[in-house]
Amino acid sequence: MNAAVPVLAVRNAQKRFGAVHALKGVSLEAYCGEVLALLGDNGAGKSTLVKCISGVHALDEGEILLDGQPVAIHSPATARRAGIETVYQDLALFDNLTPAQNFYCGREIAYPAWLPRGLRLLSNRAMESEAAAVIDRLKVTLPRRDAPVALMSGGQRQAIAVARATVFARKVVILDEPTAALGVRESRKVLVLIAQLRAEGNAVILITHNMEQVVELADRAVVLRQGRKVGALKPTRANQQELVSMIVGAEV
Amino acid sequence: MTGGEQAEVETAFPKGGGSAAGGVSAVSVGLKLLSIGPLLILIFLVVVISLLTPNFLKPINLSNILAQTAVIGIVAIGQHIVILTRGIDLSVGSNLALATVVGGLVFRQTDSASLVMLAMLASGAAVGAINGAAYVFGRLPHSFIITLATLSICRGLALELAPGHTTMRGMPEVITWIGGSSTFGVPNSFFVVLCVAALVFIMARAMVWGRWIYAVGGAPEAAVEMGIPVRGVLVSTFIISGLCAGIGAIVLAGRTAASSPLYGNLLELDTIAAVIIGGASFLGGRGNIGHALVGAMMIGVIRNALNLNNVDVFFQMIAIGTIIVVAVEADVIRNRLEARARIMQAGSAQ
Repeated sequence: MNAAVPVLAVRNAQKRFGAVHALKGVSLEAYCGEVLALLGDNGAGKSTLVKCISGVHALDEGEILLDGQPVAIHSPATARRAGIETVYQDLALFDNLTPAQNFYCGREIAYPAWLPRGLRLLSNRAMESEAAAVIDRLKVTLPRRDAPVALMSGGQRQAIAVARATVFARKVVILDEPTAALGVRESRKVLVLIAQLRAEGNAVILITHNMEQVVELADRAVVLRQGRKVGALKPTRANQQELVSMIVGAEV
Repeated sequence: MTGGEQAEVETAFPKGGGSAAGGVSAVSVGLKLLSIGPLLILIFLVVVISLLTPNFLKPINLSNILAQTAVIGIVAIGQHIVILTRGIDLSVGSNLALATVVGGLVFRQTDSASLVMLAMLASGAAVGAINGAAYVFGRLPHSFIITLATLSICRGLALELAPGHTTMRGMPEVITWIGGSSTFGVPNSFFVVLCVAALVFIMARAMVWGRWIYAVGGAPEAAVEMGIPVRGVLVSTFIISGLCAGIGAIVLAGRTAASSPLYGNLLELDTIAAVIIGGASFLGGRGNIGHALVGAMMIGVIRNALNLNNVDVFFQMIAIGTIIVVAVEADVIRNRLEARARIMQAGSAQ
């Protein structure tokens, strides 16, 4: 399933925040059509690493390669333009806008092209029909597609945020604890959605604390501890304990 | 006036809500009633007042109401754009006064009406730009603070600049025609209101920039993460508000054929009241131009009715204040009802 060249590679990532050495030379690779679980206890550096990949932070040292080519990612906008989509824990949804408006917020389909972006006219119809197509393709069920997302359930909101990522992701989708706030049934739906993202050929990077989900869904797992990569393996029922001990740094 | 919003809702996603049961459609009717509630109240007010006050419906009186409400309406449109992003512009009244004084001073140097108008617009927009820039780049916690400062600064500056610290007589003929004359019995200033409303409506509803204004109002942090130029959007809302104050200055200076550093006193309260009475929300990202205009009309109609019934001006202040309290409480209740209705909709879809 894996292509020879990783779609995303991070090499020797270093990041300091003042006295805190958050990333100490981390490297990882993600391939098309796989779910890579990024594991680690609180403060292990997962979020920092993800924020560096998604352009929120800049690396102090090291490089990020897409399809083998080094890329300069210095803002969320450049990361997105390079094909990296991130679903943040806070979802970054606009409560007062509809799902379709949420999908395209910040990168609206608009015309004419010769005008500066802010002055262009919105193509609401195009955005609505494309959003509807994505919602159907991912089998997301929503109470109403034309209502603001404010009062939709946690699972529906999560599904909208993930679906938004899939509209634009061309290479990598990063999900930061996508099921942390969800109930059992809603979590299941999001997991199905993640499997679908993988089936569509994306490289999915999944941050989670839920080992059941890791074993069930992830093709590979990378474990961080105190800013270092301490292990990488294929998670199975058999080595679940081994993974946990890698995460906490002790024999269990 | 809220029709644009509803039309958009109905054309969106033809398949969406297709499974709606009878109970759900009752809920959606309720939601629509909530969104046009202020308009219904305005109509109700007009009916009641016209029954109680025989002179109210006379064309000359209706034309008066439109002329007297024009300035509040125009400036309230700008105020509404600022309130959409959770901000507030307290400087609009002083800004307007300063703009008329600047226009009056330019009129002393030249007879050109377009130069005088340009000066008023530029003065208004410049104050707005200063408000926005100080708020965003000074990292102030809320626009309340900077616009409170410019409320004072602009009024003082207008009084300093005006010769003798008082009213200057005279305005170019074009401006007095805009502010003081009528066409087919309808005040020209009312057409100015319609033009401003149409332009801002197109910007807010049809243009990318308008979508960004709603996005910044709805979720400022998400707007940053989605790569929207949040600072530019915020500054632009204050420039729009300042421009509207400048347009209001042209209309008021035209109606009175004068400019005065005392104009626009308490206009910030009237415009904020108009926006809130009309049904826009302080919570940000909710409401449209129609709300500001309905609110302005409501204030105009109530003032006019109290005038016709010889209620003194001090009681009018008490009345407007009371109406603001009622309107804000109505906003709270409306949001609750809407939340409940939407939860019912969401629940019935599963």
